[in-house]
Amino acid sequence: MKSKEGKPGLPMRSEATRSTGGSSGALDKETQTKIGQQLRAMYDDVVRQGVPDRFSDLLKRLERGETAERADEEESKP
Amino acid sequence: MKIDDALRDSVLAAVPKLRAFAISLSGNVDRADDLVQETLLRALTHIDSFQPGTNLQAWLFTILRNLFRSEYRKRRREVEDADGHYADSLVTHPEQDSQMEFKELRAALSKLPQDQREALILVGASGFSYEEAAKICECAVGTIKSRVNRARTRLANELSIDGPSDLAPDATVRAVVADKTR
Repeated sequence: MKSKEGKPGLPMRSEATRSTGGSSGALDKETQTKIGQQLRAMYDDVVRQGVPDRFSDLLKRLERGETAERADEEESKP
Repeated sequence: MKIDDALRDSVLAAVPKLRAFAISLSGNVDRADDLVQETLLRALTHIDSFQPGTNLQAWLFTILRNLFRSEYRKRRREVEDADGHYADSLVTHPEQDSQMEFKELRAALSKLPQDQREALILVGASGFSYEEAAKICECAVGTIKSRVNRARTRLANELSIDGPSDLAPDATVRAVVADKTR
């Protein structure tokens, strides 16, 4: 696994978090929380978009007995 | 093909999360939606291999992950992605401007090794337990834990978050985060 150690030009703060191997290298709670919040915000932003029509249409076409291939082709028509 | 109503509903209900996972993995909305479509086709044509009573969402995530990895291996042979340079070419749908807010985070994610990225997303965003994530990634629970830890550390470095006094990378993300935790 590549480590940031030894790369030139890194800010000094990386010293505090560079140990990634053992349990002692874990980030502090606050940093973990911040990363978690940002990840979930990004993720939930997509989740909130719901189910685009192409997917409900796809399932309907499959149920009507159209083959997967034909469903695919129709999808790519302009 | 006759699709059981309850099954169809469950599969459709999983779509938003599958998209979020796929976009997080690929960094590209169009590729992600193709990946989700391929996942649904695979799942419904191989529904016999799903064990009723087990976690349907985890099963769908497993299919998507495997499809992504096989596609990634193919692409990798075509174009070597030099340490996240792919991030510069990320495509965003015009109607999905909100995704631009997370550009920096996505760029940082794209620099993570794939094993770490998927582990972090599954545990840190999708809400799977370490045990579920280990099943999806077909590895040991300890392996998932160490991948998640390494991913967090690297992300903290990339985004320069690591101290109590530090702030989120940009005001927009900060505002979104603040809004969500209120």
